[in-house]
Amino acid sequence: MGAEAKSAEVKSAEVKSAEVLAFRDVTLGYDRHPAVHHLTGTVNAGELIAICGPNGAGKSTLLKGVMGLLSPLAGSIVRPDDGRARIAYLPQAAEVDRSFPINVYDIVALGLWRRTGLFGGVSHADRARIAEAIAAVGLDGFERRPIGTLSGGQMQRALFARLLLQNAEIILLDEPFTALDAATVRDLVALVERWHGEGRTVLAVLHDLELVRAHFPRTLLLARSPVEWGETRTVLTSTNLTRARHMCEAWDEGAHACAPARTERAA
Amino acid sequence: MNAYDLLIAPFAEFDFMRRALIGVIALGLGAGPVGVLMMLRRMSLAGDAMAHAILPGAAVGFLAAGLNLFAMTLGGLIAGFAVALGAGAVARATQMKEDAALAAFYLVSLALGVMLVSLRGSNVDLLHVLFGTVLALDDPTLLLIVGVSTVSMLTLAVLWRPLVVECVDPGFLRSVSRAGTPTHLVFLGLVVLNLVGGFHALGTLLAVGLMMLPAATARFWASDLTALVVAAVLVACGSGVIGLLVSYHLGVPSGPAIILVAGGAYVLSVLVGPIGGILPRLMPRRHLEA
Repeated sequence: MGAEAKSAEVKSAEVKSAEVLAFRDVTLGYDRHPAVHHLTGTVNAGELIAICGPNGAGKSTLLKGVMGLLSPLAGSIVRPDDGRARIAYLPQAAEVDRSFPINVYDIVALGLWRRTGLFGGVSHADRARIAEAIAAVGLDGFERRPIGTLSGGQMQRALFARLLLQNAEIILLDEPFTALDAATVRDLVALVERWHGEGRTVLAVLHDLELVRAHFPRTLLLARSPVEWGETRTVLTSTNLTRARHMCEAWDEGAHACAPARTERAA
Repeated sequence: MNAYDLLIAPFAEFDFMRRALIGVIALGLGAGPVGVLMMLRRMSLAGDAMAHAILPGAAVGFLAAGLNLFAMTLGGLIAGFAVALGAGAVARATQMKEDAALAAFYLVSLALGVMLVSLRGSNVDLLHVLFGTVLALDDPTLLLIVGVSTVSMLTLAVLWRPLVVECVDPGFLRSVSRAGTPTHLVFLGLVVLNLVGGFHALGTLLAVGLMMLPAATARFWASDLTALVVAAVLVACGSGVIGLLVSYHLGVPSGPAIILVAGGAYVLSVLVGPIGGILPRLMPRRHLEA
């Protein structure tokens, strides 16, 4: 870990007391079937957390819950009141319609939504910010290119530029490095570390455990139920990973209704 | 016959041609951009479904009050909004996709319309509703069409950003704003309005033609959103004007003539359109060095 990252650790340690997200025995799912079952824990400001686990473990569902796109079946997620303004969310890349006639500049400029809203214009200073964000992801010269002509890596760089402009305190990334080459992953990880250094909170769904071990101080290992949550070193052990791998993926139609949680009923 | 006789004289000499000209240009200005957004939102066939939904409403209005602008417009609007909003609401509130919901709603509307018309027991001539009367636009009808066009353009100007973002990256819009659903419903409302405005001139079924054909044609000429909208408006208005002239000189029905001209523009574009047209694709072109 470099000196820069060290100072980031110090910075995030200073604001450790500030709790930005709390999961209180939360269960998220679809049509009564839980995808994330009984998760409890808190996220402090400035934490850099990897969310790992097999496919179908509920990782994306958890991010949707944090974003408020999915209401919990039980329990609660405590997030900032003005969640939409303070949380930025990058869904899996497949959700963008790449055939739509829009260019890189315009899609990046959407990151200024908090300032422009539905109707506001883009000021001179905003234009400079947009250009800066595009340069920061290494896409200068691509401003007028339609997004349909970009490679997968270039598209992801453009979406990261938009995240840069969103200037959010909490950043949720759903498999941000999937299907990208090494150079692109390196550049985008550097951006994530920059956000961490700036004291922002980042939660990223990831499959590459080497990457997690190298860059993410904390990890939540999910297998529909939380397997373990804490320092990456102690979470990504072979015992835990084996437990996660044996997660049952099938829904049990005959399952009994889950007993009401003891602690959260009163809240 | 010189160019003046061919292109200008029909409009200079006849009041009804001038009215029709204003009508088709207003329709083109409103329906062109709406059609482009429909196409980009992969709702090209949804317009057709909605036109089928409007037909029974207009027919019921016609049965109740005869050839009455207000009754027919109101009937069409009620049927159209009920189907558009109903299908939109079901798609957003349940697991059902919007195209399936729309299919369900418009079929019910169509059957209900046929039922109501039959109950009335009169063998009325619904040709007016089916094919419109662009050559007989009176003042109130013309005002309605121009009003629809104005409302349509102003609304699009205001809602352009959320409409575009909801289409290109709906996940992002959901993450920054709650405007997605209301925007979509307002847009469906605009589609209904334009179809209702269009049916007085072109009939319920052909009105979709002036919405979708210019948009589909524009796709072969423009690759950027603004250019697409401009191209679609030009094709729509151009088809309107040329269609009226064809109808005048050849003595053929004006509504189908307008849509056939737009159809001709589409076929031509499929063949020679610079963006993905058949001939440009077949032309041998050497690839670039970088």
